[in-house]
Amino acid sequence: MEIMVKIENLRKTFGPIIAVDGVSFTVGKGEVLGFLGPNGAGKSTTMKMITGFLTPTSGAVHICGHNIDVQPIDAKKRIGYLPEGAPAYQDMTPASFLTFIGEMRGYRGATLKRTVSETVEKVNLQSVLNQSIETLSKGFKRRVGLAQAILHDPEILILDEPTDGLDPNQKHEVRTLIRAMAKEKAIILSTHILEEVHALCTRAMIIAKGKVVFDGTPAELEGKSPTHHTVLGTIAGVDPMVLHHHLMTVKGVKKIEELGRNGDLVQFRIYPDDGEWILPDIGHCAREQGWEVRELYPDRGQLDEVFRLLTTPNQTIS
Amino acid sequence: MGRIRVIFQRELAGYFATPIAAVFIVIFLLLSGAFTFYLGNYFARGQADLVPFFDFHPWLYLVLIPALAMRLWAEERRSGTIELLLTLPVTMWEAVAGKFLAAWCFTGIALALTFPMWLTVNVLGDPDNGVILASYLGSLLMAGGFLAIGSCISALTKNQVIAFVVSVVISLGFILSGFPLVLELFSGWAPQFLLSAISSFSFLTHFQSISKGVLDLRDILFFLSLIAFWLFATATVIDIKKAES
Repeated sequence: MEIMVKIENLRKTFGPIIAVDGVSFTVGKGEVLGFLGPNGAGKSTTMKMITGFLTPTSGAVHICGHNIDVQPIDAKKRIGYLPEGAPAYQDMTPASFLTFIGEMRGYRGATLKRTVSETVEKVNLQSVLNQSIETLSKGFKRRVGLAQAILHDPEILILDEPTDGLDPNQKHEVRTLIRAMAKEKAIILSTHILEEVHALCTRAMIIAKGKVVFDGTPAELEGKSPTHHTVLGTIAGVDPMVLHHHLMTVKGVKKIEELGRNGDLVQFRIYPDDGEWILPDIGHCAREQGWEVRELYPDRGQLDEVFRLLTTPNQTIS
Repeated sequence: MGRIRVIFQRELAGYFATPIAAVFIVIFLLLSGAFTFYLGNYFARGQADLVPFFDFHPWLYLVLIPALAMRLWAEERRSGTIELLLTLPVTMWEAVAGKFLAAWCFTGIALALTFPMWLTVNVLGDPDNGVILASYLGSLLMAGGFLAIGSCISALTKNQVIAFVVSVVISLGFILSGFPLVLELFSGWAPQFLLSAISSFSFLTHFQSISKGVLDLRDILFFLSLIAFWLFATATVIDIKKAES
């Protein structure tokens, strides 16, 4: 895999505050890296250093081999950046704004026109092209921000909360757009929405207090959840004691937690040993005993829970 | 150079896309006219020159230029577009220069629109047009000085009101630096060479010497180096302050 972004031991302090504390990673072509972390964890600061807006206190950022502090222009040419909140010159129209960005990126004349109109089509801005940006809805403003980021077809795309504040339809659109570009680029995006990591990212990274506390695939992240690969079930007309007795004999079952009773329905959660996949054996056991199964399904794990565990102090993963 | 031009064009178009251009130009023309004819006794003097017109320029600029300059960087920081601008493939000085030149060109347009004054004086008498041209040039240079100060102060704060007030005070200091009001602040303790240095910073002195028709290179260099200094300060301030969002 071709390495596009290389971050080495990045550190940023603001007076006594350590915003980013020794972050290192690389991102290759085709990767979509999701930055997760609580507010103030250092996600935005890291992105601002990668894009060359802020100068790191120490450490280095290499963009396609160009150190952003040494060769800022060469590095910046390869990056498309959507800053947090998608800022744009409010008194301009999307057409004039994108033309300005295109000119700053070195496009002129017919090429400029073609590039702008292609970008406008990609993000569906045709209907508001000549309205001033301040009058646009949040969804359109975000699309204008995305448009300026992808206009020059950059090799690297840095998106700070690209779907924040959008409605579900708009989120879907933005995600579709990002997914369509993913193969050709290296993308780093930050988000608060954990489902987005599933929907978009090939890799997830959790940052807390300026440090990387997790770096792996979304599936590995789920694997860290205490409820990962547990089985949830509802069974009717069986004495809970009997249920417990039989289920504990199934191979790989660690413990059973009763979640509640409703009439003759018993709801429970079964924990496996070491994330083992026990659903088939549980199903087998239920059939053997002739239980009336109302529900039986696996839990992939709650990303929210992992997130909380990894980013709040004094909590450990069981 | 290409990128300075692109920023310059966007900024200049920005003035005309908003009511700023119309309001600024109309007020500038009204006030310069009113000052010339009422306070300057243009007709009663019975002389065919534009001295009463140009005499009021420092005072007009004192109020109007900071109003124009206050949004230069404060607005970029408040709206977050500074992050967008400075992550484009552009150097800091290109951004600073592009924005400054647009504002300067805009004041140049406002100044050029006072041409009916020049027509009037030429109809009424036979003025020394060389002196008038030199005065226009001096006025433009002085406007650039005020703008560069305003640009730097605007980079210091997100708040445009603060940018305006502080710019006015600092600009006033530069207008009056050859006058007792400012000099007495220093005369008790500062050595003589510092006093003469301070008094040599007076916009009024330099402007008046240019508007007498004497195009002394030193006066021109004074304004140009002053502009360069304040623009350098602007870039430095932006670099330091950009971390604070």
